[in-house]
Amino acid sequence: MAYRLGVDVGGTFTDVLLIDTDSGQTWRHKTASTPADQSEGVLRGMTAVCTDAGVGLGDLDEVLHGTTVATNAILEQKGATVGLVTTKGFRQVLQIARSFVPGGLAGWIIWPKPEPLAALEHTVEATERVATDGTIVTELDLDDLRPRLERLRDRGVDALCVSLINSFANGDHEERIGELAADVFGPDVSISLSSRVLPELREYERTVTTVANGYVQPQVSRYVANLAASLADGGLDGPLYILRSDGGLASADAATDHPVSLLLSGPAGGVTGAAWAAAGAGHDDFLTFDMGGTSTDVALVQSGEPRIGRQTRVGDMEVRSASVDVQTVGAGGGSIAHVPELTRALRVGPQSAGADPGPAAYGTGGEHPTVTDANVVLGYLPTELAGGEIALDVEAARRAVQTIADATDLGSVEAAAEGIVDIVNENMFGALRKVSVQQGIDPRDYALVAFGGAGPLHANALGRLMGSWPVIIPPSPGVLCAYGDATTGLRDEAAQTLVRQFHQTSDDELAEVFDRLADQARGTLLEEGVAAEDVELVHSADVRYHGQGFEIPVTVDDRDGGLDAIATRFDTEHERLFGFLLDGNDHELVTVRVTARGPRPDVAAERLADGDDPVVAKRADTTIRVEGAETTAAVYERQGLAAGMRIEGPAIITEMDSTTLVLPDHVAEVHASGSLLITPVDHDPGEADTAAPTTDQEA
Amino acid sequence: MATIIETTTDPVESVDVDVVTLDLVENALRNARYEMDEVLFRTALSPGIREQHDEFPLIGDPEGKMVVGQFGLSIPDFLDNYDGEIREGDVLLTSDPYACGAAISHANDWLVVMPIYHGGRVVGWASMFGHMSDVGGKVPASMPTDARTIYEEGVIIPPFKLYREGELAEESLELILRQVRKPDWNRADLNGIVAACRTAGRRITELCDRFGVETYLSALDDLLQRNHDAMKALLELVFEEGKTISFTDYICDDGVGYGPYELKLSLTREGEKVTLDFTGSSPQARGPINYYINANLMKMFFGIYMITVADPQILWNDGFYPLIDVVIPEDSFWKPKFPAALSGRNHGIGRVFDLLGGLLGQTNPDLLNAAGFSSSPHFMFDGTYTSGEEAGETFQLYSIGFGGIPGRPMGDGPDGHSLWPSFKNIPSEYLESYYPLRIEVWETVPDSGGAGLHRGGNGVDVAYRFLEDGEIAIHDDRWLTYPWGVLGGEPGARGTKWLERADGTTEVLPSKCHGVPVRTGDLLHFVTWGGGGWGDPLERDPDLVGLEVLRGLVTVDGARRYGVVCDDEGEVDADATAALRDELRADRDDDLPVFDMGPPMEEILANAQEETGLPAPRPPVAAP
Repeated sequence: MAYRLGVDVGGTFTDVLLIDTDSGQTWRHKTASTPADQSEGVLRGMTAVCTDAGVGLGDLDEVLHGTTVATNAILEQKGATVGLVTTKGFRQVLQIARSFVPGGLAGWIIWPKPEPLAALEHTVEATERVATDGTIVTELDLDDLRPRLERLRDRGVDALCVSLINSFANGDHEERIGELAADVFGPDVSISLSSRVLPELREYERTVTTVANGYVQPQVSRYVANLAASLADGGLDGPLYILRSDGGLASADAATDHPVSLLLSGPAGGVTGAAWAAAGAGHDDFLTFDMGGTSTDVALVQSGEPRIGRQTRVGDMEVRSASVDVQTVGAGGGSIAHVPELTRALRVGPQSAGADPGPAAYGTGGEHPTVTDANVVLGYLPTELAGGEIALDVEAARRAVQTIADATDLGSVEAAAEGIVDIVNENMFGALRKVSVQQGIDPRDYALVAFGGAGPLHANALGRLMGSWPVIIPPSPGVLCAYGDATTGLRDEAAQTLVRQFHQTSDDELAEVFDRLADQARGTLLEEGVAAEDVELVHSADVRYHGQGFEIPVTVDDRDGGLDAIATRFDTEHERLFGFLLDGNDHELVTVRVTARGPRPDVAAERLADGDDPVVAKRADTTIRVEGAETTAAVYERQGLAAGMRIEGPAIITEMDSTTLVLPDHVAEVHASGSLLITPVDHDPGEADTAAPTTDQEA
Repeated sequence: MATIIETTTDPVESVDVDVVTLDLVENALRNARYEMDEVLFRTALSPGIREQHDEFPLIGDPEGKMVVGQFGLSIPDFLDNYDGEIREGDVLLTSDPYACGAAISHANDWLVVMPIYHGGRVVGWASMFGHMSDVGGKVPASMPTDARTIYEEGVIIPPFKLYREGELAEESLELILRQVRKPDWNRADLNGIVAACRTAGRRITELCDRFGVETYLSALDDLLQRNHDAMKALLELVFEEGKTISFTDYICDDGVGYGPYELKLSLTREGEKVTLDFTGSSPQARGPINYYINANLMKMFFGIYMITVADPQILWNDGFYPLIDVVIPEDSFWKPKFPAALSGRNHGIGRVFDLLGGLLGQTNPDLLNAAGFSSSPHFMFDGTYTSGEEAGETFQLYSIGFGGIPGRPMGDGPDGHSLWPSFKNIPSEYLESYYPLRIEVWETVPDSGGAGLHRGGNGVDVAYRFLEDGEIAIHDDRWLTYPWGVLGGEPGARGTKWLERADGTTEVLPSKCHGVPVRTGDLLHFVTWGGGGWGDPLERDPDLVGLEVLRGLVTVDGARRYGVVCDDEGEVDADATAALRDELRADRDDDLPVFDMGPPMEEILANAQEETGLPAPRPPVAAP
């Protein structure tokens, strides 16, 4: 017998999933998260699920873990006291940032500028200078620096970051400062060097990324060390892996060294879980749609591979780190609807009622009308949520939504509720378009996988707006991240910034760099015991026309094709995205990258038994409101559904952690893998929906 | 007046649009406008657009009224001035402010205007302009600080069809690009602007497909009406009937030795209408600083300032224009006579925002900010590489500097930031990898932000070491007059520029100059100005002042302006602080001034040479 255990820590719940990799049988457990020390909830959940399955921790081959420790440290501003060493003259690199003020004209009047993660009083300068080509202009003066570092130590700095100008071209001075710092601060203070964290050009972006790394490092390493120790005490033999923002796994040590790569560990688990569920249902091109209480994350997956972006955004802060390319919008079940007095417009969000006080319907003190309240008014949510733990107060929801009806010309509380739902759907539609239409991708060729507490409720409507069919509701949409953790493989990447026009380099030089990076990336996996023949390498390059400021990532399918193959691929992408080429300009290689991937674990999906008439799972009829009219919808319990059953809308399908709405003229088919596949009744899978938006390449 | 050719001409029925659909259309328009930015940023080559985002998008209704956009151009004025037919597939281009009713205000801005057709009918307009780093003329970057006429400022493109029914006018484009120094930049940037407009066009036709043309166009009318009604209520709330308020600020000099130029703006509300009047401003300048202002743009600037605090989520459009009249005197700084030079108008545009702040703040405390970094000062450097693999090739840099955001009702002004939306600085590492430069310092100047309960943001000192010989040019202002403080806040520090020559000599540079030769090893300090302070500095938390001393944002001496006595670690001496504050309070008037513009103008002029190292400008005289 072989077991894998995935565990995902979210804001509210810790989800644990144990998989018998031979049979595909799964055991799940959901327990309250323990924010003070996440490892408590993790251990409790793991113990519970193992008890259910009748196995011990010692029987687990490996534990795969998605964590929000790094993210929370930033959101809650509870990270380390970071010291920063810059090149002389650049002490205020974080203070000035990119001089950018968000918002429109006069936006500066109302912009609250966030404080930098490394305070200015904890920033010191080193006398040294490296030129853009890596040559030394001014030798590093360590004697001059030592007393300043000692002062930082005495001021209580517990994470030190070094980010010197042009260190992407030559990291020698940073390395030497790192050694001095290790001497001054001793072994307990973590040290982050920008030339290791992000050897890329642009000093602000490199510095902020390095500082974010240092800021979260002490918490992450403490957490990972505690958890590993507790698991070992409990008898775990197998390794502990942490899910990174880019959807790959890292060993506990690697994660601790480079914690900035964990900032989107949570969303990445969702997207990889969606990939697993969609593959089980026979789809590998799809959009994901993860709607929670305060925000919604969307992403694009092609051929089973999530699109990887170079930016990671957490709260107000954006760092350069590879992550699943997730777009986040401030639209969730808790988003508050309001009508500004002056314009009488109906706005939904970005303010959220969150968990406290929560939507009015929760009866926990919330009075503002939220998206959840609108769903309650429309009859989409059964009056008891989460297995009866939360009873919904319909009257409170109606009272709250009535305020919107009163402030607008919408007439009735139901019309106001529909308006709120339409507008929040539109906000999410905008985010989905960003990752599809605006990237030149036709969403009608893609399925839509919906999860998160509120995703399945809005998924059918978004499928219709996007023309993306089928809409896939995975089994247990609330614990999908844990599936993602449990079903992903090891991954590492090595990258180098070159900034060379094609005429300044050669196929041989490119091959040499690729070889070196491949050895580096592969090495990590080999150390983790992956067999050499199982390591898959993906070569890619960020390319632009010489003089452009943005690069297009290009996957190099044909390594032997050299620069010509890259140029051709780049031109195709540029034409697709923007509709023109710049024939007179040379191409420029900016960053070259090799990703090494271990095999995806072979986890069989549990198969549902075959069934026929869904009436066996039907629990009630209820009245809902759709497009201005009342109609009767059947309510089904998901647990009772079997493979092959077809549920015609309007219908509501409930389960412990989520509710699915099937609209009139749509049908949900129960797939043997456990997913629900929603399509329009008259849907012809061979033909795209003509009402959906056109894409760039067609115009 | 343009003639629009449509194959479908039957009128579109106006229909009722519910508030939800209205908000869906509004949201989609907003997305389309940001997508235009994105397309251009990602494809542009010139650092000015690519890194700094010097560009302005707009989507209009069938008449050209803006339904979404940033601000900064006017399609109706463009169409009024264009004599010819416009058909589906046409894309128009111009750079001539005098031929488009000042829809753009200097020749560096290339304006693209494109009709959007749906079913043979014009359903809107997509438009965008971007600042071209070079458009030819007598100096690199095409903004000679001594220009007297627009003929010295590079190629002037009259409105013409860059694409005629989808066909590119290749010969005309080549003819234009032959006039400029970096044709590959202009070509790429122009391509990006056209691609952005076409993207907007696609989004609008999609909206017409989705909602129907009738609903889409009726929704635009409703969105325009929504702005109209909101503004009407706001104007009545904020401005007293019949009472005129005024504010005056300055441009220090015009680049050819005259100044300061007085810029005066007055406002009167009568009934539902507000009149903005520039009467009392200086006559047309001799140098290139004239800001040929478009009345519609002025309405937009005004509207955005009014509403930002009231409903930040609103989508700005032209709907409230009928509520505003703008009076612009002929042959003035704001409406110079052709062919007056225009290239240095960035100071005038920026100062409009200080004028609006000073004017509107008098009746709306939420808008009473101090004077800020109201410009986009330029630094230019060009020459020819003498060594390395680029030997013999020319280089040309156009970049924008940043400074102190003023003290605001909500708090301190950020240090070294942009008052303009969307702008970003160019990273030092980027500059060093593309230009023969080394950046030796990039930091804010302590004490340059005006003292106040809310401190003004500090200005920035960027020190450029030149690694090749070449020439530099500078466009800046506020070297003479002060960024004023409000409600007892003090003015910020003025800007300054100087060269430290490799031979050890130092020379102060005028705030507007071009063709200044620099040699390898010379060092330029480009120091921008700070924001004014907001509120009484003696009320500022002494520990915060101490912390800012520790942070190097305020000096030990500078802390005394807040009545705070501390050491260089920021440790505050509470007793000495209390005593100093008492002393300072006793020495001043009880009523703190609403505006503190610094010393009287006569004194500023008399001390110019001594304080700034530059002679005082001569009083402006009317242009010949």
